Amino acid sequence: MAELCDLTAHELGRLLRAGEATAAEIVESALGRIEAVDDRLHAFLVVTEDLARRQAQEADRELQAKRDLPPWAGIPLALKDVLCTRGIRTTAGSKILEPYVPPYDCTPWARLKNGWSALVGKTNCDEFAMGSSNENSAYGPVHNPWDLDTVPGGSSGGSAAAVASGEAVWALGTDTGGSVRQPAALCGVVGMKPTYGRVSRSGLIAFASSLDHVGTFARDVRDTAILLGAIAGQDPKDATSLPDEVPDYAEGLDAGVRGLRIGLVEDWLSTEGVQSGVQQAVRAAVERLERLGASIEPVSLPHADYALSAYYLLAPAECSSNLARYDGVRYGFRAEDGSDVMDMNMRTRGAGFGDEVKRRIMLGTYSLSAGYYEAYYGQAQKVRTLVIQDFDRAFERFDLLVSPTSPTTAFRLGERTEDPLAMYLSDVFTVPSNLSGMPAISIPCGVASDGLPVGFQLMGKFLDEATVLRAAYAVEQDLAFDARPPILQALG
Amino acid sequence: MPVEIDVDHVARLARLALTAEERDRFRHQLGLILEHAERVREVAAEEVPPTSHPIPRSNVFRPDEPEPSLSHEEALAGAPEVEDERFKVPRIIEEP
Repeated sequence: MAELCDLTAHELGRLLRAGEATAAEIVESALGRIEAVDDRLHAFLVVTEDLARRQAQEADRELQAKRDLPPWAGIPLALKDVLCTRGIRTTAGSKILEPYVPPYDCTPWARLKNGWSALVGKTNCDEFAMGSSNENSAYGPVHNPWDLDTVPGGSSGGSAAAVASGEAVWALGTDTGGSVRQPAALCGVVGMKPTYGRVSRSGLIAFASSLDHVGTFARDVRDTAILLGAIAGQDPKDATSLPDEVPDYAEGLDAGVRGLRIGLVEDWLSTEGVQSGVQQAVRAAVERLERLGASIEPVSLPHADYALSAYYLLAPAECSSNLARYDGVRYGFRAEDGSDVMDMNMRTRGAGFGDEVKRRIMLGTYSLSAGYYEAYYGQAQKVRTLVIQDFDRAFERFDLLVSPTSPTTAFRLGERTEDPLAMYLSDVFTVPSNLSGMPAISIPCGVASDGLPVGFQLMGKFLDEATVLRAAYAVEQDLAFDARPPILQALG
Repeated sequence: MPVEIDVDHVARLARLALTAEERDRFRHQLGLILEHAERVREVAAEEVPPTSHPIPRSNVFRPDEPEPSLSHEEALAGAPEVEDERFKVPRIIEEP
């Protein structure tokens, strides 16, 4: 039976304002779900029940006083553990930040907190957001609520699993190469990466600054629009945040897709390695769009094949620089017995970072080092230009591009941990939008024969989140995907 | 062909102490990843300009208004070792 925490934020908002539920009841429902399932999912690194209850109490008090509250008041929220929260431990899934308690809030959380958003906890993730399966967390992997033996995707796997299982109603994650959209696809929820700079990154623990985006997880497109609206907008603390006005994303969601020109990235459907169940579900979603009045034509992004190669030079290069700050001096873990400061630095970083982070720091260090810069980093930056030019050309003819979010459904825990390249391939369709900075969403579009959800990706023009959301909403309403993960069916 | 890299040199540049096992494993894995990444050279022609940022912005200003910053106490609260309101580290300079 569905409980309060299984409803969407906009449904809960209606109940709250009609006096049919209190924020306290809603928060207790989510905390109860965490209690019931998180020992199996391990989606949370910290549960902030006191804070959630306090925020709910204040929201209820405001509601009783008949004050107008934002739609996120009293709604259970989870934050990926790379987003800094004042006074609440923030580890980025790493041992090197195990003792770290930030002295400030990241801007997206500061905005939500002001409107009595009820933070229920910090979610597990791949260490420093580097990974596609959540298996790179120093605190153990997250399990997918659809099949506990499979991965939830990554790097924001905890946020995706939490929203899919009702532990939170919605959540924030980050997307540097697909880390919101891919786990959303694998867990059967909606994941959105807005335009680069649309959401402030002040207080986000940086991985690759020219590729990092803060994104949203929700159970439907309307909630996605509301949550994105809450966190979008310029921030004086982030010079890369855009000054453009933020529209009301929830308005006009139901305007339909009649007349929209949509390009289907055919190469990404027919390429080797795309599971047949993924192909079928995505083709069926495309047919829905056509039936609803959009025109569909195949489109090709010829340089997208090279995007992954470029990404695995650019992101590590930026990470090797961003992660230089973890030196055991100002915060975090320090290894004992360093004979001098250099030795202490090396031991701290050797013991504090996990395998994937070390691999990427070394990759980046190598490709930026004397003699290799032009051959690797410089060439990758050129490929980035070519990928963006492909998008620009496609968007001369189309309003939106669509594709699978990931080539496969959730894969088994341990299946790809020994082979970094196989792991990287699960981001092959999401990485191009990080190189271009253009907005993209993943929505569930059915389940494959393995019983696991499939993600449908819609990619839009710069700052055209509205069209992305409108088309996603049309597919969602038509499809009425309403499957509950097995872990919830077992609760009765 | 997998790329051969000098793992010890790179690890030192990156300030990472590696075990012998890690050194061998990373040498092998990084070689394979770089082999794949080298594909960027197939298409990156001379005349293509590089992109460092999806939306280039420069000279972003905000009003220069003083506001409270972290106190010493807050700034030092997470440090592994502190002495006299300062971060403390092992010795930096060789003894004479």
